[in-house]
Amino acid sequence: MKRIYAIEAWCIDCKRCEVACKTFHSASRDTVKALTLEFPEPRNRVRVEGDAHRSIAVNCRHCADPKCVEGCISGAMTKDPVTGVVTSDPRKCVGCRTCVALCPFGCVRVEEAAGKEIAYKCDLCGDDLGQPGDSSCVKACPNRALVFVESEECS
Amino acid sequence: MRQPASLREGDVRIPSGCAIAGIMDRTGGRHDGRDILKAIALMHDRSNGLGGGFAAYGIYPEYASLYAFHIMYESKEARDRTEAYLDVHFMSEKQERIPTEPVKSIQDAPDIWRYFVAPHPVKLNMSGLDEAEYTMQHVFHINAAIPGAFVASSGKNMGAFKGVGYPEDIGEFYRIGDYKAWLWTAHGRFPTNTPGWWGGAHPFTLLNWSIVHNGEISSYDANRRYVEQFGYECSLQTDTEVITYLFDLLVRRHGLSQELAAHILCASSWDEIDKMDPERAEFETALRCVYASALINGPMSIILGSDEGLLALNDRLKLRALMAGEKGDMVYLASEQAAIELVCPDVENVRAIDGGVPFVVQREGR
Amino acid sequence: MLDYLLPRYKVLRDVDLCVKCGVCERSCANEVHVVDDELGRVTADHARCVNCQRCVVMCPTQALAITNWPQVGNGSTNWTLSAMQDIAKQAQTGAVLLSSMGNPQPHPIYWDRLLLNASQVTNPSIDPLREPMETRVLLGSRPDVLKVNERERTLAAKMPPQIKLDVPIMFSAMSFGSVSLNVQKSLAMAAEELGTCFNCGEGGLHRDLERYGDHAVVQVASGRFGVDPHYLNAAAMIEIKIGQGAKPGIGGHLPGEKIDEEVSRTRMIPQGTDAISPAPHHDIYSIEDLRQLVFSLKEATRYEKPVAVKIAAVHNVAAIASGSARAGADVIVVDGFRGGTGAAPARIRDNVGIPIELALAAVDQRLRDEGIRSKVSLVAAGSIRNSADVVRAVALGADAVYVASAALIALGCHQCQDCASGKCNWGIATQRPDLARRLNPEIGAERVANLVRAWNHEIQEMMGGMGINAIDSLRGNRLMLRGIGLTETELSILGVKHAGA
Repeated sequence: MKRIYAIEAWCIDCKRCEVACKTFHSASRDTVKALTLEFPEPRNRVRVEGDAHRSIAVNCRHCADPKCVEGCISGAMTKDPVTGVVTSDPRKCVGCRTCVALCPFGCVRVEEAAGKEIAYKCDLCGDDLGQPGDSSCVKACPNRALVFVESEECS
Repeated sequence: MRQPASLREGDVRIPSGCAIAGIMDRTGGRHDGRDILKAIALMHDRSNGLGGGFAAYGIYPEYASLYAFHIMYESKEARDRTEAYLDVHFMSEKQERIPTEPVKSIQDAPDIWRYFVAPHPVKLNMSGLDEAEYTMQHVFHINAAIPGAFVASSGKNMGAFKGVGYPEDIGEFYRIGDYKAWLWTAHGRFPTNTPGWWGGAHPFTLLNWSIVHNGEISSYDANRRYVEQFGYECSLQTDTEVITYLFDLLVRRHGLSQELAAHILCASSWDEIDKMDPERAEFETALRCVYASALINGPMSIILGSDEGLLALNDRLKLRALMAGEKGDMVYLASEQAAIELVCPDVENVRAIDGGVPFVVQREGR
Repeated sequence: MLDYLLPRYKVLRDVDLCVKCGVCERSCANEVHVVDDELGRVTADHARCVNCQRCVVMCPTQALAITNWPQVGNGSTNWTLSAMQDIAKQAQTGAVLLSSMGNPQPHPIYWDRLLLNASQVTNPSIDPLREPMETRVLLGSRPDVLKVNERERTLAAKMPPQIKLDVPIMFSAMSFGSVSLNVQKSLAMAAEELGTCFNCGEGGLHRDLERYGDHAVVQVASGRFGVDPHYLNAAAMIEIKIGQGAKPGIGGHLPGEKIDEEVSRTRMIPQGTDAISPAPHHDIYSIEDLRQLVFSLKEATRYEKPVAVKIAAVHNVAAIASGSARAGADVIVVDGFRGGTGAAPARIRDNVGIPIELALAAVDQRLRDEGIRSKVSLVAAGSIRNSADVVRAVALGADAVYVASAALIALGCHQCQDCASGKCNWGIATQRPDLARRLNPEIGAERVANLVRAWNHEIQEMMGGMGINAIDSLRGNRLMLRGIGLTETELSILGVKHAGA
C-alpha cells in the first residue's frame, strides 16, 4: 500500500504539515477558521519532533501487523482489511493509552477533547474511516520531507 | 511612404520570391536560348516585371581563356572611369557593346558592354594573389567604387544577361536566341520591395559562379556576417549574393566539392547525426561546428551554375518548389513542372528535388 | 553609540488571517518573527527583515507581506533616503558597504529595447511542434577551414575539443562556499538532465559532484582553490576567471566562518581560514601571461578540453576579448555588470562595468572585424532574465548564455541582496546545515530543469516565428532585432536598425 514516509534529511522543522493536518481534521477545513474559531480545536495527527537542527515529522506507518490494533481494548483501533489504513474510531475509544504504549514509532497520542481523552492518529486523510485520501501534510511540505509512496516492505 | 527612387539593391535589404529554370546538356552540346526563354515565360505569374535574367555557359568559345566582363553603365562618365580602371589592371583583347533589340516594355536600359580580358601580368604578379582572387577583387572594386557602373558577370566563356522587366522581355532584349550554351539558367523576379535596378536583377554571378534563387532566407544576416569575415562585401544585400559567396568560400577557397558545400548549407539534422555511426557522426558534427554560420535557413531553391555543371538545392524543410526532369543528355529544372513539359513534352523521370539534398549534374568529360 | 540606521522593510501581518502557527518564526533565520504567548499575537522586529520573502511564501494563510519602511525622505533627489542611510551605516561601522547580486541601478536595460522579428507571407514561419527545431550548440575553438577526406566522409585533421549543449543555456559559476552544496547539486542534476553544463565556480569541485563531471565547467580563479590535475580532468571544460561582471577588478573574500569541513576539503585550504581570491591573478600581469596559463591548463588536460576565459564587461572589453582569443582561449565568456555575486562592495557593484548587451555586441563585432569570430565561441552572461533575452543575446552574436540569478530564483532566491550574511533562508547562500537543508536538490533540480525546458520551448517558438529551425542561423543574425527608443550611437554599437527601419 502507499504510505507516508518522513525523510529526516529534508525536514526543516517548519511544521506546515501540522497546520495542514489540523485544517484537514477540522469541521470547516479552512485554516483560519479551524485555528481561530473552532472548538474543540482540531488536532494534528502528524507531529514534528526535534528542533531546527534535526527534526522529523512523525506519522503512522499503518503497519502490516499493527500492535495498536492488537492491543486495543475497546475495538476502536482497526485496520481496514482492504485499504490497510489503521484508524481509531473516536466513538469507541476509551482513552486507555494501550495503543500509545504499544506503538513502536510513537505515532499515537491521547489528547483531551471536549472533556474526553481519546486516541488521535494519522488516518491518511480519508474522509471515511479506513479510506486513504490525498494526504494534506505531504502537499503542505515545502521540502519533500514527507512523501506518499508505494512500499512493499511491511505490507 | 514611397521608397525614394535612389534606393537600390545594396541600400536596402530586399527579400523576393521568384521563378527559376535551368536547361543543361550533359555532353556539353550547345543549344540556343529559345527553350529557356519559353520555360521561364510560362512562369510569368511568378515574377512581377521587376527583374529577369539568364546565365549562359559556353557562349564565348573563341575567347574561352579570357574573363568575359559584362558591364552595365548608367553614364558615359561611368564607362570612361571603368575602362580607364580596366586598362590599368587588365589586358583587353576585345571590347564591344552587347547587341540588344528594342523591346517596348523595356525602358531606361543602361549602356551594356562586354570586355574579354586577362589580368595584367605584372600587376597580378605584384598582387601576390591568384588570377581568380585578383579578378574578383577588381570586380568588387568597380561595383563598390565607380558609381553608375556594375559588373553583371565576370567569368570565362560565360555571361549573364539581366535587367528590369519580365524575363521573356529581357531575353528578347538581349537576343539570347542568338547565343549557344551547354547550360542555361533563368530567373524571373518577384521582389517584395524593389527599387528595380538592372544591376540588382538575377542571376547573381561571381567569376564563373552564377546563381538563380527563389526564396527568402531567414539566416541572411548570420550568413552575411560570416562571409564578411573573409573579405566578401555583401553590397547588394540579397540572398543570391550571400549564397554565391558561401559557395565561393567553401569551394574555391576551402577546396571542398560543390556537393559538400551544398551539404554544409543544408546540413544533416542533429537527429540524423545522432543516429549515424561514430566516425560519420564525427565528420558531420565537425561540418556543423566549423561551418555553423554557413547553414542556410528559410525557404530557398537555387540553381548554381559553374564550369562543372549545375547544382540544384532546396532548403532542408523543402519550403520552395523545384522540379527536375531528363530526356537523353538533357536535364531540365524549373520551379513548375509545366515549364519543363512545355519545352520537352516527352520528358522522363520528372521529380521534385528533395529538401536539403544537393541535385548535381556534372558536365561529361571534365 | 545610537544607531541612526532605519529599518529598510516593514512586515505587514494581516491579523485577521494570522493563526499564530509559528511557521514564520521557524522560517526566519534573521529572527524577525516571534510568537508572543503573553501578547497572544505574533510580533516582528522589522529592522532585522531583509525582504527574502521566505515567511511570505511559507505562511499557510498568506497573512504576510513585506513593504518598504514608510519613512519618507526630505524630497531631495540628491540626498535621498537611501543615500543618507548609506552614510548612517558607514558612520556607524567605518566599513566598506557590502552587498550582493548584480547592479541594481536604473541604467538602461537594452534587452527591453530590442524587439524580435517574425515571418509574414514571403517566408513561412516554422511550427516547432511539426518540424525539427534545433537548439544544440557546440562550444570550443574551430579552424577556419575544415580538412576532410570527402570520399570517405572522414576528417583529415583532428577537431579541437568541443562541449555539446542541447540547450544554449549553461549555469554560471557559483562556488561551494558562496552557495550551499545543495545549490550545486541541484544545478549539476539539472545540467545532466538538460544536456548542458553547470559551473562549479572557484571553490573546487566537491567529491559528490564528480559524477556530474561530464556536465561540469571547473574554474581556475585567482585564488586557485581546489585546483589540481584531478580537478581539471574531472570536468568537461575549464574556465579561467579573470573577472566577474558584478565586481570587475575586485577579488573575493569568503570569511573563515563559512569554511567548514566540507568547504575546506573542497577548496583545499584549512578549516576556519579566510579564503581570499586576489584581485588579479598574480601570475597574469599581461596578455602573454594569460597565454601561458591557457596552455598550462591545456597541457594538464592533454588538449582534450576547451579552455574558456571569463572577463567582466569593462570599457575596453572588445580588445580584451580579442586578445584572449589570440592568447588561445577556446571560449570567451563576457559577464555584464548586472551579473550577480555573493558579495561585492556596493560602490563597485553599482558603478563599475558596462551592460552585457553593449559588451556582447562590441565583442562579437570586433572579433568579426578581425576575422576570428568563427574560431572561438562566445558566451554572454550577466542577467539573462528570460527566453527572449537568450534569443536577443544569440542574435547579437553569442553562441550560448550563462544564467545564474535566474537559476537561483528558480531555487527560491528572492534577490534580497543579503547573501553575504550567510543566513540565507532559502538554503542557497549559506553553509549553515539547518538552512542549507531547506533546499532539497531533488526539488531544486526539477525546478531549474523545468525553467530551462520552458525557456527552450519559448526559444523554439521564437525561432520558428522567424523562419529559423537551427540556432546556428540565429547566431549573430542582427537583422532579427530592431531597437526601440535608442539613440543612433546605441543602435550603432548594438549593430541593429531602429524599429520601422
